[in-house]
Amino acid sequence: MTVLGILLVLVLLLVVFGLLFRLQILTSIFSGSFVREIGMSNRVNGILMLAFLLLGGAAFAWSFIENYSKMNPPIASVHGHATERMFWTTMIIIGIVFVITQVALFVYSYKYQHQDGRRAFFFPHNNKIEVIWTVIPAIVMAGLVFAGWKEWSRITGPAPKDAVVLEVMGKQFNWLVRYPGRDQTLGVVNYRLIDATNEFGFDLSDQKGLDDFVAGEIHVPKGHPVLLKIRSRDVLHAVYMPHFRVQMYAVPGMPTKFWFTPTKTTDEMRAQIGNPNFNYELACNQICGRGHFAMKLAIIVDEPDDYQAWYAKQQSFSSQNPDVLATFKQKAAPLGSAETTPAAAAVVPAAKASL
Amino acid sequence: MAANLPTHSNVQGGIGATEPGLEHDEHLHHDEHHEHHEQNFLEKYVFSTDHKVIAKQFLITGIFWAILGGTLSSLFRLQLGWPEATFEWLSPFLGKWIEAGKLNPEFYLALVTMHGTIMVFFVLTAGLSGTFSNFLIPLQIGARDMASGFMNMLSYWFFFLSSVIMFVSLFIETGPAAAGWTIYPPLSALPQAIPGSGMGQTLWLVSMALFIVSQLLGGVNYITTVINLRTRGMSMSKLPLTIWSFFLTAILGLLSFPVLFSAALLLIFDRSFGTSFFLSDIYIAGQALHNVGGSPVLFQHLFWFLGHPEVYIVIMPAMGMVSEILATNARKPIFGYRAMIGSLLGISLLSFIVWAHHMFVTGMNPFLGSVFMFLTLIIAVPSAVKTFNWLATLWRGNIRFTTAMLFSIGFVSLFISGGLTGIILGNAALDIQMHNTYFVVAHFHLVMGSSAFFGLWAGVYHWFPKMFGRHMDEKLGYVHFWLTFIGVYLVFLPMHYVGIAGFPRRYYAWTGFDMFSQFADLNKFISLAAILAFFAQFIFIFNFFYSIFRGRKSSQNPWNSTTLEWTAPIEPGHGNWPGEIPAVYRWPYDYSKPGAVEDFIPQNVPFSKTQSSNLPYERDME
Repeated sequence: MTVLGILLVLVLLLVVFGLLFRLQILTSIFSGSFVREIGMSNRVNGILMLAFLLLGGAAFAWSFIENYSKMNPPIASVHGHATERMFWTTMIIIGIVFVITQVALFVYSYKYQHQDGRRAFFFPHNNKIEVIWTVIPAIVMAGLVFAGWKEWSRITGPAPKDAVVLEVMGKQFNWLVRYPGRDQTLGVVNYRLIDATNEFGFDLSDQKGLDDFVAGEIHVPKGHPVLLKIRSRDVLHAVYMPHFRVQMYAVPGMPTKFWFTPTKTTDEMRAQIGNPNFNYELACNQICGRGHFAMKLAIIVDEPDDYQAWYAKQQSFSSQNPDVLATFKQKAAPLGSAETTPAAAAVVPAAKASL
Repeated sequence: MAANLPTHSNVQGGIGATEPGLEHDEHLHHDEHHEHHEQNFLEKYVFSTDHKVIAKQFLITGIFWAILGGTLSSLFRLQLGWPEATFEWLSPFLGKWIEAGKLNPEFYLALVTMHGTIMVFFVLTAGLSGTFSNFLIPLQIGARDMASGFMNMLSYWFFFLSSVIMFVSLFIETGPAAAGWTIYPPLSALPQAIPGSGMGQTLWLVSMALFIVSQLLGGVNYITTVINLRTRGMSMSKLPLTIWSFFLTAILGLLSFPVLFSAALLLIFDRSFGTSFFLSDIYIAGQALHNVGGSPVLFQHLFWFLGHPEVYIVIMPAMGMVSEILATNARKPIFGYRAMIGSLLGISLLSFIVWAHHMFVTGMNPFLGSVFMFLTLIIAVPSAVKTFNWLATLWRGNIRFTTAMLFSIGFVSLFISGGLTGIILGNAALDIQMHNTYFVVAHFHLVMGSSAFFGLWAGVYHWFPKMFGRHMDEKLGYVHFWLTFIGVYLVFLPMHYVGIAGFPRRYYAWTGFDMFSQFADLNKFISLAAILAFFAQFIFIFNFFYSIFRGRKSSQNPWNSTTLEWTAPIEPGHGNWPGEIPAVYRWPYDYSKPGAVEDFIPQNVPFSKTQSSNLPYERDME
């Protein structure tokens, strides 16, 4: 019933608009303005141009200031500070151009609206002006390219040798994390070995994989370079960590990487923003299917000592899954030693040395 | 120079030759016979080879797609604005895609995928360039029709077939394609990954293959026509900027669409014939696939080799039309005509070597990223030149705010707003954070989405009198413009804030993340503005169809314009000019020339008739 009522109201509204429209046409025929001459409406549109500039500009400025604090995710990595600075510097440069050009556009529209008896200024070209406004953008762009290139090269350059290494693997629809254990080397994996238990596809005939452990969340030490090795086992995903200004696709069949240095522990960040429940989060940022929007992982930045304590507590995958290990047993005689000393004693020697 | 202009019958392209001095010649050549021979309805309106009819077919099909594309965006904006709400009331329309009152997340992805596909290809490529390249090229260069009317007809009907297939894909059991409009494999290759990658994706690929055929048939025709069928005196340096932009757009399409075709073909092989071009090391749905050695990044290279020129294919026709409309209504020559052509050439060239800026963080070699960052930021220079030239065209003009003029000014404003943020996204170091966020969404919706739409509207309002012999209602046009212009800014400016905060695109909801917990109100606001702006378009649609039949009758040259289409009869028949095709003597922007009687001198007026206004170098041509 209500639906019918709403439809009826809509139809009546349309009829009213239709009548108003016809009426408007008829009156304009009688008043003679139907045959277009440049009249009142030209003036009204000119004023609206100016009003749009003033009101729109004010609304934009107000909303920008109002939302500024909400739109900057707090930064927690070394390169994040650099890119953030560059982002807002570039924003200021384009902001200046934005204001100048928009003001010119609307002010000219208002100021040079039609006036009877005036003739437009015949001004087909002027080489000098044109050279100036070709060269200036070129110079500004060159500066921005240079700054961007320097920063990009630094960020994507090789990770420091002593970086903490871990692997993040995307799958529909969650993230899996693997650490290399005490030997600091990730073992071989093979996607054909993946099953419900062996989610990474560990090939445990590789000695280096015996001490690898998997974790339900990412732990990284503060102030120490971290090298993320990234892969995917099904479709594309992207590791996106806004607080660290980190993003890299996870590509099946092509491992990728990204390194960064966290600067604030989770506790420090909680204190800084006054939210005791804050957690760094990793989001998937490449469309991957139904659960794309919920594919997240917690990241915990620890003080180096806490990180080492956490690391030491982890049990290797092979020790937790003896049946998986058993399938590789025949080839692997010297496994016993690895099993008796699971990654319990694992620490990050390099991390320690650099602190 | 005057001696060089032939005064006797000058055969151009084999048609249009008549005896001099006989305006209404008795012996009409073969093309004009069409007007006499009775055309049945099918020949005249359906399988027509007349470029003007084909243009209208593209336009009306484009309007249909735009309504559909806009409806899809309203649906997903509802979900984004009110993620906690139930949408039971939509189930009469969406059926099983509403599950227990909630929108199905896979259907959400299908909505964004189809919105993108429809808007980029079916509306802004076919609807914009298809309409105006077809309509304006012969009329503005002084030709009786396209080089091949038959190929032109085929171009539309391939587009139509492609449209039917894409439309059908919306209604199939497993849903339409849902891997994003960029259809990155493996998601688009594996039905196990998302049901939309089953039959929906197959239909998408078939439809796009036909679409590409349509584009190539059209493009070859546009290029050939511009090169071969220009009227007497219409040298390349006297072409209106519209024609330059359509010409270069067609070249871009001709060179880049085949690459998309190859990508689509290889993807079809991967999907159906077990090849591994884009697939490797995949374990999905409890099964390890046999594919090894392929690269998903390869697909991205192929896709963006079209995909980036594509954004210029979308925007350049709008640039050309806006240049024309700004000059006409400011009653001033376009400032820096040659620089405008030069910048179009620069943009066209550069558009082929910047594609990988869409791929900075896909695992591509960072050195390659540096190269593409450099090339990408260079493209800002010709874009800046164009903007400054438009502003200089307005400066000291005598501006008439026709609806088309309003939309052209709106175009410049949106192009600036959207273009500037490209400087951020083209910087690889900054793209790390901004990639795939709403900052990107806001950027391209302003610079190529809304701008191109504004160019489309400007074109429709401006050339409607030529198309239908009537005017669209100006008052409704003003309302349409202001609601849309304000609406677009209300939608896309706040979207930048959401993007700077890192909100990822193609998210069904952000509620699962603490870091994306702010801006719930702002997202509601954006959704509301988007839906209102969408409804404002029905004013246009009403105005358009109403005015076809009942609009105010037009005069021959209602805008006092200089270009050739306004020398043709109000409603030109097949062959465009009943008598001889006018010859061209001057560039298309002689507005407000000092000394001239009126404030415009059409291109077909010889210098000998305008001695009072001729510039020194033009005296030689008298």
